[in-house]
Amino acid sequence: MLYDVIIIGAGVSGCAAARELSRYDLKILVAESAEDVCCGTSKANSAIVHAGYDAKPGTLMAKLNVEGNRMMDQVCRELDVPFDRIGSLVVCRSDEDRSVLEKLLEQGRQNGVPDLRIVGRDELKEMEPHITDETQWALYAPTGGIVCPFTLTAAYAENAAANGAEFMFDTRVERVIPSQSDAGRVFCLETSKGQLQARVVVNAAGLYADTIHNQVSSEKIHITPRRGSYNLMDKTAGSHVRHVIFPLPSSKGKGTLVTPTVHGNLLIGPTAVDIDDPEGTNTTAQELSAVVETSGKYIAGIPYRETITSFAGLRAHEDAHEFRIGEVKDCPGFVDCAGIESPGLTSAPAIGVMVAECAAGILNAEKKKDFDPVREGILDPKTLTPEAYRELISQEPSYGSIVCRCESVTEGEIIDAIRRTPGARSLDGVKRRTRAGMGRCQAGFCSPRVMEILSRELGVPLEEITKSGGESRIIVGRDKFIG
Amino acid sequence: MNRTKIAVIGGGPAGLAAAIEAKKAGTDSILVLERDRCLGGILNQCIHNGFGLHTFKEELTGPEYAQRFIDQAQELEIPCRLGTMVMSIAMAEDGSGDKIVTYLNREEGLVQLRAEAVILAMGCRERPRGALSIPGFRPAGIYTAGTAQKLVNINGFMPGRSVVILGSGDIGLIMARRMTLEGAKVQVVAELMPYSGGLKRNIVQCLDDFGIPLKLSHTVVDIEGKERVKAVTIARVDERSKPIPGTEERYECDTLLLSCGLLPENELTSALGAVISPVTRGPEVNESLETSVPGVFACGNVLHVHDLVDFVSQEAGQAGRNAARYVQGAAAKSSEGDIRVTAENGVRYTVPEIINPARMEDTVTLRFRVGAVYQNIYESVYLNGERILHRKKKIAAPGEMETIVLKKESFEQVKDLKSITVRLEEE
Repeated sequence: MLYDVIIIGAGVSGCAAARELSRYDLKILVAESAEDVCCGTSKANSAIVHAGYDAKPGTLMAKLNVEGNRMMDQVCRELDVPFDRIGSLVVCRSDEDRSVLEKLLEQGRQNGVPDLRIVGRDELKEMEPHITDETQWALYAPTGGIVCPFTLTAAYAENAAANGAEFMFDTRVERVIPSQSDAGRVFCLETSKGQLQARVVVNAAGLYADTIHNQVSSEKIHITPRRGSYNLMDKTAGSHVRHVIFPLPSSKGKGTLVTPTVHGNLLIGPTAVDIDDPEGTNTTAQELSAVVETSGKYIAGIPYRETITSFAGLRAHEDAHEFRIGEVKDCPGFVDCAGIESPGLTSAPAIGVMVAECAAGILNAEKKKDFDPVREGILDPKTLTPEAYRELISQEPSYGSIVCRCESVTEGEIIDAIRRTPGARSLDGVKRRTRAGMGRCQAGFCSPRVMEILSRELGVPLEEITKSGGESRIIVGRDKFIG
Repeated sequence: MNRTKIAVIGGGPAGLAAAIEAKKAGTDSILVLERDRCLGGILNQCIHNGFGLHTFKEELTGPEYAQRFIDQAQELEIPCRLGTMVMSIAMAEDGSGDKIVTYLNREEGLVQLRAEAVILAMGCRERPRGALSIPGFRPAGIYTAGTAQKLVNINGFMPGRSVVILGSGDIGLIMARRMTLEGAKVQVVAELMPYSGGLKRNIVQCLDDFGIPLKLSHTVVDIEGKERVKAVTIARVDERSKPIPGTEERYECDTLLLSCGLLPENELTSALGAVISPVTRGPEVNESLETSVPGVFACGNVLHVHDLVDFVSQEAGQAGRNAARYVQGAAAKSSEGDIRVTAENGVRYTVPEIINPARMEDTVTLRFRVGAVYQNIYESVYLNGERILHRKKKIAAPGEMETIVLKKESFEQVKDLKSITVRLEEE
């Protein structure tokens, strides 16, 4: 099967690229090694829409951050993604550090970030009643925000699929081999699901983007998995802060932030620890206590007791600390989308467009007339009026049945998530799309019910239901006395 | 709008006993709202025996115990809505003191119910792995003991074959035995505290009888396995519960079960504005088991976590009777004379937290837990600084709830009552 474009990786960058490419008259495939979209860096990050003052002026990172931030409203409207521009604050504790804020402010202005200003203690205290007594100054960026990274990625994928893009999961690309055929230059991709062919390859392989890149280019790149650990607190703690609050940035990144999530939880993290294993998403006691210690320096009274989960994600840190996007010089037709670390999520809308324009340009592709930019989200019946909700249940009783009590997720929403393309096939897939299992009991009560629904909808035995694909089966067999 | 005199939130042992006693006390309009597909609550998955020793003087399984109450509720023709989730409880805006219960189910859709009194009986949930900040990977194979119990006993499936258990709460101990009987190898139970959180009889019958080691002052320090659990490492902890380097022991296994505490499910209660105790995580109640919101009563594990369902039934029956008195207008409304019970010197909390002798029935039952393991200790109650009860206990432990019954006449004998204190004393 010859595709015009194969995108390696169904993270937020790959899916954004797929959606933007699906505007063109092209045969597109997204090949993903995991069982679902949003299984790597995209699922475990700060879920922040950065304003854009951090990146060095003149870099692609700075440009795409500011562009992505600007595009986020429209993208989230079209794709029905939760997004809230709550504003961000970089706080500091001494007058000396104020100069760092001024540097950031100047950098932000050069990058084109609007409405930045420095606020003093009194105004800051009013904006954030729980700042510690030592906290003196803050850089306020009203364009900073929070977004749901799971929905953004799934929405990009669904909209791409609705416009003709195909997805293959559990498909690990082992080797990319450029070759010349009668039809011109063609890439042969050896995968865990057999051979695929494409005229253009987009390398959005995240932590593996260096491996893929280095197979076709003599200009080698190197990506380091940089781990970040987080604590997530219950919704009862979600209003402890009102903005995204950062400490002063360090050489390793933007530091441990404290922020409400778009769903009303409180998130603190990340750490920044360089590791070797591109799948080393384990937390360590040391990192988890570092998260607690650092966040407490500038925000008082964080209700750590309300922690409902901790997790770690890996940033794909390229040695040059810069996005590498574009056709690789010594390998025509091979488009890199590599080194996408923070602010990658913010930049995703702009990255998608840039990659799509590059790939479409190589193929001289034309835009389709019937591209539909709108994706309807999974209906949350809680947002309906009581009358409309009643009407919905009379049409579709499954919306009257609460499966996840912590997040009030109905069976109807879970069925919707499973029946979509690409749809949920595991507990985590359902969780990321509907929030079932994401609440304070962390799936203790709902997982047996969600397993039943998955089993019924997918037509597979309960024993085959996994947490997140592969060997992550929930149960190992039947009781002794049954069957 | 639909109306009822008493809405009971939850059709487990607490909700059923409360509804039954309210009905027997003469209230004819009661509605039980249950989120699951059948009545009985968590007892349905507790297929082991040992229930009902106090109530029925015989040993029943969980489903059998529940069935006795379900049968009674049916005989008394108490209506129950199943598969019904209560979304919110709020005070009616008309100042009547009625409560508006909004619930959801497949048959009726979204319904608003006006109730004069509400009995909270939503039970509790288990503390999940995330709340314990256990480091390591997050693969499949990590379950709370209750989730595993549901999979094994209700669904008929084994969550794993080789098991490590963290926490020695009763469900964890019961599951150690259950998994063993189903052919799994339970390698060890690790408990963070220097004492078990479960009942002594469960340690004997579920661990000792099967040769399963219980390692006190131990916790999990690492979980390996990217897709499914491959190994769990435990280590000894110091007095501050910090793991001691060099004491690590690694167990190859496919499952980690957690039995690390139960948390009353009080999201509805908090949203209603009832005062929540930071110690029990349940609503604060007075001697009538009424919360700080008049006409809203609480009982069972939503109020405070119990060890024995027999005590849940007792407590719930009392809540039911008091709710009936409330809707019949027989309950004193004034909070004058309310006295806050002081729990001190090893007593972590008491339920009720507030006692008003004027409103008391003939007796009041004080339930509490101690903060550590004590031997040959005295439980004492003081009224206005004068000791009215001094009871020797050979052993008192956090895993076993303590009960003291006080008579109304003891209170009446004290003039101008100002303080009630419950404490442990060495002599």
